[in-house]
Amino acid sequence: MRREVPIVICFLAGFFFISDFFIPEPHWTQIAHRVNQWAIIVIAFAYVLGVGNIVRVNSQVIKRKERDWGYKILLLSGLVLMIILGIGFGIKEGTTFNWIFMNAMYPMQATMFSLLAFYIASAAFRAFRIRTWEAALLGVTAVLVMIGRVPVGEFLWRPFPDFIEWIMNVPQLAAKRAIMIGAALGAISTGLKVLVGLERTYMGGE
Amino acid sequence: MSPIFFYLSSWFDFNRINVLVILGLFFAFVFYFINQAKKGKSLFVRRISGLDAIEEAVGRATEMGKPILYISGIEDMDNLQTVASMIILGNVTEMVARYDVPLLVPICRPFVVPVAEEAVKQGYIKAGKPDAYDKNNIRYISDEQFAYTAGVNGIMLRERPAANLMFGSFFAESLIMAETGFSTGAIQVAGTANIHQLPFFVVACDYTIIGEELFATSAYLSKEPKLLGSLKGSDLAKFLIIIILILGALLETFGITKFSSWFFVR
Repeated sequence: MRREVPIVICFLAGFFFISDFFIPEPHWTQIAHRVNQWAIIVIAFAYVLGVGNIVRVNSQVIKRKERDWGYKILLLSGLVLMIILGIGFGIKEGTTFNWIFMNAMYPMQATMFSLLAFYIASAAFRAFRIRTWEAALLGVTAVLVMIGRVPVGEFLWRPFPDFIEWIMNVPQLAAKRAIMIGAALGAISTGLKVLVGLERTYMGGE
Repeated sequence: MSPIFFYLSSWFDFNRINVLVILGLFFAFVFYFINQAKKGKSLFVRRISGLDAIEEAVGRATEMGKPILYISGIEDMDNLQTVASMIILGNVTEMVARYDVPLLVPICRPFVVPVAEEAVKQGYIKAGKPDAYDKNNIRYISDEQFAYTAGVNGIMLRERPAANLMFGSFFAESLIMAETGFSTGAIQVAGTANIHQLPFFVVACDYTIIGEELFATSAYLSKEPKLLGSLKGSDLAKFLIIIILILGALLETFGITKFSSWFFVR
């Protein structure tokens, strides 16, 4: 029963949402919309699980005084502080919660994101090393596209930007769409396997 | 418009009949091949080197005595890539459990935590080592994309995993994680269906599972006939799509547009 009941629920819910795509009846659509809202509420409750996981994992490190346990105290203090500030004083503009978010969290996220520029450079350096025929083709195409996308490309050869557009819209897009079609079919197939209970690994329960 | 049609059209959107027909055909293909597999017909699946590399990565981690890091992307359970990732996690755990290698699973979405816990637990049970399951290795990090990235990078740099397995839905963080993993010298296998992140994984990882291969992973690793049957069904559907594309292109060239316009979803 521990496995059958979730499979039946999964099957009914899945086919209900598939039917919503085909049934334009307003009441049906309204029910689907309502069930979607329930899902959002259930997901919101999952944050309690997330907080519980953070507290459990990090408090054990602190208790055992494992490596970097000091940082874990800082982490848990930050968690408690933000919960108190958020629930107690709100999260709107002008609150302490918002000030900490905008002046600590926001710049730290921007810092992480900006690292991407350096990583792109190092990854591109490795990708464009011409070691095989395919790598050579990739490197040459990349250089052509880069030149064609800046004014100097047009200066060198007037139809250069049009040629680059052709590369992007024909061979590049064809490959991209082939991957997308394959992935979409794979996704439908996985969905179907989950709905009919062929795929149960994620469910556990043994 | 007849009253019967009017009544029916309020219960079925006839503009979408094309989707229903294609979906029905696809389901029929999948169920046909599942039945064939159940009857014992052997189904050939081509080698996917990226998936074979998972076993190699586990072996390497065993030799080095270091953990394996499994990253399931940054999307929630409503994304099928995350569902596929959880299925792969179950298969990977089974493999990892056999070799007694610690498996670290940092999670980005709280709703994924219980699913990952179940998948990992199930993997250890299937391998016959339920006691080796450590709940604390499944760690919720943060919902914020780059806070999660920073957390995962921290684990990569501190714990120095021997292998990083990244399967799921990734965005801008993909290259940051993959390059950090590369700098630590870990063997890296990644798979996503997000086409904009594929080039990053191709460049920074040792093996990349591209698009549909991500959804085929479970069948490939488990070798379960029923799952292999569904793979064959997808392949036949792809073959049909190729024929439709060629036919559509030819008919469009000769000015016959009715065939291709039937496929538009309204």
